[in-house]
Amino acid sequence: MSTITAISTAPGVGGIAVIRVSGMDAVMHCNAIFVPKRKSFFLLEQKANLACFGSIVNKQRELIDEVLVTVFRSPHSFTGEDVVEISCHGSLYVQQQILQLLIEQGCVLAQPGEFTQRAFLNSKMDLSQAEAVADLIASTSAASHRMALNQMRGGFSNELLKLRTQLLDFVSLVELELDFNEEDVEFADRGKLKSLAITIGRLIKKLADSFRVGNALKNGIPVALVGETNVGKSTLLNVLLNEDRAIVSEIHGTTRDVIEDTVNINGIIFRFIDTAGIRDTKDKIENMGIERTYQKIEQADIVLWILDCTQLSEHMEWLTNKIAERAIGKEIILVFNKIDKLAEEEREVLDQLFEQFKGKRIYISAREHVNTEGLKKALIDAAQLPEISSKDIVVSNIRHYEALQNALKSINRVIDGLDSGISGDFLSQDIRECMHYLGEITGQISNDEILGNIFGKFCIGK
Amino acid sequence: MDFKYDVIVIGAGHAGNEAACAAANMGSKTLLITMDMNKIGQMSCNPAVGGIAKGQIVREIDALGGQMGIVTDRSAIQFRMLNRSKGPAMWSPRSQSDRHEFIQQWVKTITNTPNLYVWQDTVKQLIIEKGEVKGVITALGVEMKAKAVVLTAGTFLSGLMHFGKNQLVGGRISEPASFGITEQLKSIGFITDRMKTGTPCRIDGKSIDFSKMTEQKGETDFHKFSFLEESQRELKQMSCWITNTNQTTHDELRKGLVDSPLYNGQIQSIGPRYCPSIETKIITFADKISHQLFLEPEGVDSQEYYLNGFSSSLPLRVQIDAIHTIQGLENAQLFRPGYAIEYDFFDPTQLKHTLETKRIKNLFFAGQVNGTTGYEEAGGQGLVAGINAHINCVGGNEFTLGRNEAYIGVLIDDLVTKGVDEPYRMFTSRAEYRLLLRQDDADMRLTEKGYAIGLTTKNRFDQLNSKKEKQAILTDFIKSYSIKPTQINDYLASKDSSELKHGCKLSDLVLRPQLSIEDLSEAIPALKEKIEEIGSRKEEIVEATEVLLKYEGYIEREKLIAEKLLRLEHINIRGRIDYNSIQSLSTEARQKLTRIDPETIGQASRIPGISPSDVNIMLVLLGR
Repeated sequence: MSTITAISTAPGVGGIAVIRVSGMDAVMHCNAIFVPKRKSFFLLEQKANLACFGSIVNKQRELIDEVLVTVFRSPHSFTGEDVVEISCHGSLYVQQQILQLLIEQGCVLAQPGEFTQRAFLNSKMDLSQAEAVADLIASTSAASHRMALNQMRGGFSNELLKLRTQLLDFVSLVELELDFNEEDVEFADRGKLKSLAITIGRLIKKLADSFRVGNALKNGIPVALVGETNVGKSTLLNVLLNEDRAIVSEIHGTTRDVIEDTVNINGIIFRFIDTAGIRDTKDKIENMGIERTYQKIEQADIVLWILDCTQLSEHMEWLTNKIAERAIGKEIILVFNKIDKLAEEEREVLDQLFEQFKGKRIYISAREHVNTEGLKKALIDAAQLPEISSKDIVVSNIRHYEALQNALKSINRVIDGLDSGISGDFLSQDIRECMHYLGEITGQISNDEILGNIFGKFCIGK
Repeated sequence: MDFKYDVIVIGAGHAGNEAACAAANMGSKTLLITMDMNKIGQMSCNPAVGGIAKGQIVREIDALGGQMGIVTDRSAIQFRMLNRSKGPAMWSPRSQSDRHEFIQQWVKTITNTPNLYVWQDTVKQLIIEKGEVKGVITALGVEMKAKAVVLTAGTFLSGLMHFGKNQLVGGRISEPASFGITEQLKSIGFITDRMKTGTPCRIDGKSIDFSKMTEQKGETDFHKFSFLEESQRELKQMSCWITNTNQTTHDELRKGLVDSPLYNGQIQSIGPRYCPSIETKIITFADKISHQLFLEPEGVDSQEYYLNGFSSSLPLRVQIDAIHTIQGLENAQLFRPGYAIEYDFFDPTQLKHTLETKRIKNLFFAGQVNGTTGYEEAGGQGLVAGINAHINCVGGNEFTLGRNEAYIGVLIDDLVTKGVDEPYRMFTSRAEYRLLLRQDDADMRLTEKGYAIGLTTKNRFDQLNSKKEKQAILTDFIKSYSIKPTQINDYLASKDSSELKHGCKLSDLVLRPQLSIEDLSEAIPALKEKIEEIGSRKEEIVEATEVLLKYEGYIEREKLIAEKLLRLEHINIRGRIDYNSIQSLSTEARQKLTRIDPETIGQASRIPGISPSDVNIMLVLLGR
């Protein structure tokens, strides 16, 4: 396999940048362009996991940059191969020059994800761990970081392994009475099988359910900003995001598409979804946007319903119903915007008007930045995320989630089947299906294991 | 008689007979060599064919045009469909055969097959030139030429029998062993090892007190092994008898353990875990106070009984004393004792899916020499080896069966992919797609395949098509016939099945677990009439129709998963990867992949020791 290289720090100008080289000739190629500070030093003989100061020079022996070079020796490196990491100064020019020199030496520019792929190929991690590396790199909050770290260390794989052992025991009991019906073995009673199936089902459900949290941690808690047109949704979004993401104008219906962005508030990621303003309109395109607004409400965990204090709509009741029917079971926060334009006594009227409404009420002015901190606090309260400790298994990958959902369906069919007294071969079919789906996450099921388990535990043979 | 043949088959047991008949019926000039013509198709162990998963294999052999099903029907003295209370994938035919009649039927079949010749002799050596087999040399000094050779020597290769401390050389009691072939194959690099199996004593029926035992009668309905209409059960039907060991029996057995070849180091090779000797049972499962035993009749005119469950190689005296403690056997007189036998087998991972050896062209192995056990497993392999031996003579595509097509496919794939570390027996749990491998539809799965290669007769093919046609007519009728509540509610009430509120299709009623097509025909004259119109094989056709209607949902789901997994079966890897150059594969994986040289990723994934991550690595390397 070729020796690959790439800039491993984020693109752009930073204080420093790291260029990673991995492969059989990694040390040799780096040695060719590196001059150590200490003359007696020789990079080829550098011990593993030690850094060395020196400079990178081009063919003309001209200085490119002063750098720190760290050598990792196979198999004790990220990729499992020999790895050299060159820490240089963050200038784009310097980074490109060093990369260019390495390529001239014979390195190949790494494909996206190739370092992780090599780590996987060298058995440094399994599939779900490799997936976790991507999550770890992308993690933007402490919780999502803990979650990815846990998966990378194999916590999820271990949990599945435990489930698999239980399923194997279950299927062995069922297979025993199928294949060894003619032997005088004692068969497991259905009650015992059922409680085993329920336990397994509960474990799978717990993992599958953790996806709501996992997904929220990884991709942010979905928050829909809804309201009539021109109540200041986009302005509020800009304030929250601190940038001019959405188009803001005084023309009604400017936001026709759905705009999303995430922001980290006190360690929790929120994914704000700006939506087209809701109003009764004949405009076809705008109506499509409104329809999508409704869909977004359904996908959100938290609904920020934004109202303009200065001009409460005459459609208030119509609107309340429209939003409420789609927001059942979600946290709703009523945000009264443009509070700066409201007199104190008018505010009391407003309070009375919404007394019946269940959601929390916050008064702000997005444009004047009045009480946006209060809104942030309300969002954190509404998030209701459990604390994630490093021991918790949280599923955050949609592929894993789907496999778990399918496994759950299978095990539920087993439980139903036990209730209706169906024959063991159908139970077995569903258990095997369940194992198949769990296997899609980490591994596979082999029939020999079932037989081995049976022979190990039961007296067989006429 | 110039001793020149297309195919030579060595050994006339359950594998050899099928191989010889298949090759001859497909048109090869075939020679079957046996030590003793009077022992053709001898049942070395119990006089029974079929059982769970094994019965399905016999149905498959029959569906493809093999002989075992017909021979079994014609020699059956008891027939039962096992697992009837389970789903249709589990229904397994099993019969007791008249041992003598079984042999007679085989002799009749073989000697009446055109192109098939028999020679009584022992093969000493194979003629191998430039990596290709060319014929055999026998003990009588005859040199025979052949384009292909099928080795089906059973337990005869260097066979050694153990009766306590007594050791006798032989392939079966009172029969000589065979020497020479193993040594020759070993010298050219074949990997061979020893296996052990055992058999119980045979008892004189006159000395058995059946009144102290439980009778197990056979069934008399339409079921049988062969799909052919003309194959019927003809003999008088007999019962088996059930008794049990007790503490005293176990005490007697324990006394003899010092002289047990299994426990004093005399036997080193591994026996089958699922068919342990009685001494193994009392040691491994010491807390069990009793083991069930079956007395199986050996024939209509015979007093000989086979003591199923009491396989043993303990000294004769110990066996007798222990047997006399068993209810009904207090005065039992033995015809012969149980014994263990050790024999040579060849690591089956040295074979292709056609059962041709990878090392020597046109040389095929089938049956117990591949480390399997059971007449049915042997027969299934014999059939596939015989077919491919013929194909090698005339050219054409090799014949193999998939894991989703037949238990025979599962069997052979397991053998050539995983190898064996104990005598291999089929279980339904070995099949991933059990529901697709039912006994009722082996003909639907396989007869056309058999016909396409010229093995299945026109007669059998016509019978299949007629069955298909009739089944389709009945299915259409049931799916389209409308039922009104008034027409059926009284009947439903009598069956404890909930009454109809609106009309429905007849098929909706068939789906109810409490109702069968036959039951419903009692209440619906039009259905009864439709069934009567079927004429011959009507019970069989009604059953097949009902299985498909009742279990359609499950079967479809199984097919879905099968298709999903079959994706890996279509990714060919043979010759595409140099395993030794891939450092990322584990050392074990590299060695095993190199040795077994799997054809597809699917096969590779089933090799023991190949982990999912190894498979993923290969997929990544292949650019998937």
